[in-house]
Amino acid sequence: MSDKEEEPRIGVFVCSCGSNIGGLIDVKALAEFSKTLPNVVFTEDNLYTCSETGLAQIKNGIKDHNLNRVIVASCTPRTHEPLFRDCVKKEGVNEYLFNFVNIRDQNTWCHQKYPEEAFDKAKDLIRMGVAKAAKLEALENIIVDATPTALVIGGGVSGMTAAHSLANQGFETHLIERETELGGRLKTLYKLFPNDQEAQILLENLKKNVQSNENLKIHTSAQVKNIEGFVGNFEVKVEENGNIIDLTIGVILVAVGTSLFTPTGYFGYDGKTRITQYELESKLKNNDVKARDIVMIQCVGSRNNERLYCSSVCCMTALKNALILKENNPETNVSILFRDLYTPGTHYEDYYRRAREAGVVFVEYSPEKMPSVEENLIKVHNEYLGEDLLIPYDLCVLSTPLVSNNDNKALAQMIKVPLEENGFFLEAHVKLRPMDFATDGVFVCGSAKWPVDITESISQGYAAAARASTIISHDTIEVEGATSFLPDYNRNLCTGCEVCIKVCPYKAINKNEEDDIEITQVLCKGCGVCGATCINHAIIIRHFTDQQILSEIYAYGGKEV
Amino acid sequence: MTFEPKILGFLCNWCSYAGADLAGVSRIQYPPNMRVIRVMCSGRINPVFIFKTLLTGIDGVFVLGCHPGDCHYLEGNYEAEKKFIMVQKFLKIVDFDKRVRLDWVSASEGARFAKVVSEFIDSIREQGPSPLSGENIDQELFNNLKAMENSVSSDRIRALVGRQRKITEVENEYGEKVPIDEFNAIFDEAIHDEFVRQRILLSLSTKVLSVKDLAAELKLDPSEILENMLTLKSRGEIDYQSIDGNTPLYMRI
Repeated sequence: MSDKEEEPRIGVFVCSCGSNIGGLIDVKALAEFSKTLPNVVFTEDNLYTCSETGLAQIKNGIKDHNLNRVIVASCTPRTHEPLFRDCVKKEGVNEYLFNFVNIRDQNTWCHQKYPEEAFDKAKDLIRMGVAKAAKLEALENIIVDATPTALVIGGGVSGMTAAHSLANQGFETHLIERETELGGRLKTLYKLFPNDQEAQILLENLKKNVQSNENLKIHTSAQVKNIEGFVGNFEVKVEENGNIIDLTIGVILVAVGTSLFTPTGYFGYDGKTRITQYELESKLKNNDVKARDIVMIQCVGSRNNERLYCSSVCCMTALKNALILKENNPETNVSILFRDLYTPGTHYEDYYRRAREAGVVFVEYSPEKMPSVEENLIKVHNEYLGEDLLIPYDLCVLSTPLVSNNDNKALAQMIKVPLEENGFFLEAHVKLRPMDFATDGVFVCGSAKWPVDITESISQGYAAAARASTIISHDTIEVEGATSFLPDYNRNLCTGCEVCIKVCPYKAINKNEEDDIEITQVLCKGCGVCGATCINHAIIIRHFTDQQILSEIYAYGGKEV
Repeated sequence: MTFEPKILGFLCNWCSYAGADLAGVSRIQYPPNMRVIRVMCSGRINPVFIFKTLLTGIDGVFVLGCHPGDCHYLEGNYEAEKKFIMVQKFLKIVDFDKRVRLDWVSASEGARFAKVVSEFIDSIREQGPSPLSGENIDQELFNNLKAMENSVSSDRIRALVGRQRKITEVENEYGEKVPIDEFNAIFDEAIHDEFVRQRILLSLSTKVLSVKDLAAELKLDPSEILENMLTLKSRGEIDYQSIDGNTPLYMRI
């Protein structure tokens, strides 16, 4: 283990990444160049530094040359830093003494016509990386206890699935539903695609599962009032039937689903002869459809300037309801006016085929020439015929989007997670971390992210439960050591002005009983705003200290100023 | 040979750095003039860094963060923006503000990253090499930027910019919200005064000078110099050194 006093002994490993880097710039020459930099005692070029061979070369370099700092110049820290940190750690070098230099994603891949300039850029980047590495300090990750309990917010199909899965794994799970009964959107549905299952049967089964599990506590007519704390240790206030309950929670799952959109002003919506697809669903459920000529209009209030997104469930809902209408009475005329029809996969496409065979009429419309709903006729322009079609109707059904809940913002602020532009919850990464939030210990599933159907809601419920269990299945949690820090030797600089307390987005900074500033390391996410703001430069941002960043600036600028 | 600018970019880890990576993954091409320093959040950027960078002779500084509302750390980019606007206000005094730029690039905007970087490089190329690059640097400009660096390092300016969002958007200690115009008026005055004071301190750190000498050197009205010198004297930063005839000479303590 290296300590601060030790002279830096830096090893630089330059990766060729097959031909991704080496195809444009000379990695051997870069490794040779690196030898000339201050504190560098060993350099090597590798075909693939991330391969077993490459990692072994790093380990041997550390062993043979007594390296206490390691630099890899290759792809990007966003994908490969954990691998290399792990590698140097195994060889006894503190993981925070590893530094990454990005010469692929932000260099050779973007300057393919400028090999010389890209080579110079790589030299500069390595020079800067070496300068920072010399100033790096060993840090320890922080270990905190984790409470093995879960809170699932939202008792719809996704929330119930997730809660049941977690409870089945033995975790104490609390399921919060704001309405008097569980079920969410599922309560209002009649039959479900793709297998025409009765929605209420699925709901009863799900309810039976969650109600019979002794690890699972259901709170109906309940709402989350406040959330404090951090991963493994959230303090949650829940109001249930007017009473406040305090819960200590390890992980939180957001399964709040969506709200319905009332299409006031669209196609003369009146809730009587011009209704929404969800109102039709209720009518079907109550066997209350008397109309003979039914016209459905898709994409009403979605995929427009106000709401750019596709609500994803409306095409299938329209096809399903059209088929039910046809099955109930083959004499019923059903037309679907659509912009694009979205029936992915084998099951859903089959619905489309069946609907056509059953005699459902499909007419495409374009957003430039919107259909118009008149007294007894719907006028829609058909591009192939080049003329308007007039379709008689006695029931016009508008396929409206599912929209985000009005109170998403309040919840998002409580759990410190972002919403996207339409007010849905925004996951940490659409592909790499689809069920996670950037905030540790908080997960998302179902339509809270964007509208999804029942099948997807169930899959996501299981997925989020699986992700959440990776945290609460351990007694402790390891938190990054790169946090902000007020060292004792800087305490005399602190004037107690409290600006840091005001700018900290995680409420990690407080004044203690002695009126001294105190930073709670586990709450700190290392953004560094407090340090950049501190009026007397007392707070240090570990791993991104002023000295480390200035050394990079000077290495590029060529002088200290 | 055409002038190829040296540009330094400060990129936040979660949005703009990821956007820069995506430009690479998508093989979107842009000119190779910018070097990148990765920080976790654009809010980490101490305004001192920007002045230090310009003082080394680097031709332009680009700060990139998450779009407003999308910050990984919730509001770090708003803090970054306030600090950046302050930096620009200082640089505007010496008509150097076009050499720094702030923009937002999300993790999904690889093409946008390449576009804004290319545009900034073009803008710096048009402005020409920094007068602080090369062997013969513009010493007066250097001193001005150095005084600005010291200004953004000073507690008064830092306290103002650090509290700005709280007192203009939420409320101050007395439960009042300060209108943004009123705040800006105070802030602009503070920026101007602090710059003059730091500039005086810089001159007095190497020479003993009179108010008149300083007024000539800084091209400012002697009454303004005197006013600021009295403040500096009361802060204990300067004092009389000697008297030349009837003219008192000052030095830095």
